[in-house]
Amino acid sequence: MGINFRKETFRDDFSFRNSPEQIRRFPFPFHEDGYMYAVNIEPHTPGPKNTVFEHLIDVDEHYVSEMEDRAQVLAEDPLRCQSLPHMTLAGWDLLELLMIQKAESYPEHFSLTRDGDKWHWVNRPLGIDDHFTFGDVSTLPYGPMEYITRQSQGDFCVLDQRDGNLWMDAGIVTTQADWSLDFDIGMNFFEWHAPVPLAHEMGIFNRALKFLTNIQQGQPARRFNWTMTINPRLDTSPENYHKWGVDRTTVTPDNVGQKVHLRVELQSFWRLPRSNALVFPIRCYLIKMDELVTSPKWARRFHRVLRDLPNELAEYKGLTRYRQTVVEWLSQYDDGAPTSSGFGPD
Amino acid sequence: MTANSILSRPVYGTLSPQPGRNHLFVADAEGAAAILDMAKAAPKGFFADAHIIFVPGDTGAHYVEALKSLQAARFYEGPSTAAALPRLRQTLATAHMGLRIYLAGTEGLIGLAMQAAMEAGFDHASIQTEHRGSLARRIQCVHCKGITENVTTQPATCSHCGLVLLVRDHYSRRLAAFQGVCINAEDPTEIPQAEEIFR
Repeated sequence: MGINFRKETFRDDFSFRNSPEQIRRFPFPFHEDGYMYAVNIEPHTPGPKNTVFEHLIDVDEHYVSEMEDRAQVLAEDPLRCQSLPHMTLAGWDLLELLMIQKAESYPEHFSLTRDGDKWHWVNRPLGIDDHFTFGDVSTLPYGPMEYITRQSQGDFCVLDQRDGNLWMDAGIVTTQADWSLDFDIGMNFFEWHAPVPLAHEMGIFNRALKFLTNIQQGQPARRFNWTMTINPRLDTSPENYHKWGVDRTTVTPDNVGQKVHLRVELQSFWRLPRSNALVFPIRCYLIKMDELVTSPKWARRFHRVLRDLPNELAEYKGLTRYRQTVVEWLSQYDDGAPTSSGFGPD
Repeated sequence: MTANSILSRPVYGTLSPQPGRNHLFVADAEGAAAILDMAKAAPKGFFADAHIIFVPGDTGAHYVEALKSLQAARFYEGPSTAAALPRLRQTLATAHMGLRIYLAGTEGLIGLAMQAAMEAGFDHASIQTEHRGSLARRIQCVHCKGITENVTTQPATCSHCGLVLLVRDHYSRRLAAFQGVCINAEDPTEIPQAEEIFR
């Protein structure tokens, strides 16, 4: 059975919403009633049916509309997609990875036929049917990274590995939680994470870098990150912060349910075979508070997480202006009952 | 001077003579004093293969004669950093193995010369730097991408799009700039008082 792709927007009239099935598969990121930084990396292996882990590269009902939003962002600001000259080979690696994963996981929507370096790619949801020569940039309408990531949900950071460090040398970033690829491109792992509070002192980044530089081909890993977004806006970029920042002042007790979203990033980490680069797909999932509280466990737990979050983290995540309003709204769904351990709804 | 900052912020050291075949110095204003201090520790004949590019800025003639007295093979006095950059780029493009690079002065000068050296293929970690003089910052407006030079206040106004910017410590070597982010995006009626803190 194919996916029923929704026609919706992530700007202007914000018609985005999740179907009941999509709510049940939402990757709720809190396994206990509190949150603090942790490296929290685990193997990225296929998970149960009807979860976002069923396939290693998840395609869901928002696919077509998210790709339209990406195209709009890139038309307005092409600097959201950049690749330093030495990263083209890694772009081909990424194209291969994503085409193979999609074609194997969703044969009704995607197909890839390979005859040596003559490739034929069909993307039915987006109406794409292209023949090209693998490795020959002139046979595609964009560079290989841009071509395939215009057809793939989530941001992508492609990292060169050298001098025992990782370097943000290519990427496409149109659904980011407030960081600028244009500013950070060319930086190493510690430099692009420099603004993150607390975690450096905790040694988080040293341990994470050690882990990431040792990732082997065929053994991807994953972790969660999260923040909150007012209105289901994918493009919460610093570039446009002066346009969307004011949204944060519009939260009232009456509109929390529809306006406030938990934004979960599912980050995965993959070694690429030819370039030895790493790719981090950063996949963004949004859920409205009204949708979240359809799971009593999630409602209780998220209330406790948000209520007890250290101020420094709330500030960094940009929650300060509306946090109290949301905590009070969520409190009506928290009867103080214990929650079961683990991520799932009950 | 630049302690207690974040990890993307450059760390500056103290110039010291390096083994090498040629030595390229780029300095502005008080950066000249860093070269003169280093010269005291330099072996005899060290400057015979040196090229000094100096932009005096508001120090005027104060350091020029002292720098000339080092008797570098080439000495250039430029009216501005922007005017000196084409010469620097050509020097880097035609450099041979064994060139050592020393940058001294304001963060803006160090950043721009570092950017030119990186574009020419030099590893940033191989370049000696010493900060002297003004703490004025070069900032990139994350919104319009315009660069504003010599920013001394927090917040600062973007000289291109006019937004009021929080000047962050987050720094890009590739852009040779600190990041500026709209400080009152959430409530444009809040106009914080600008304080001069990067002098």
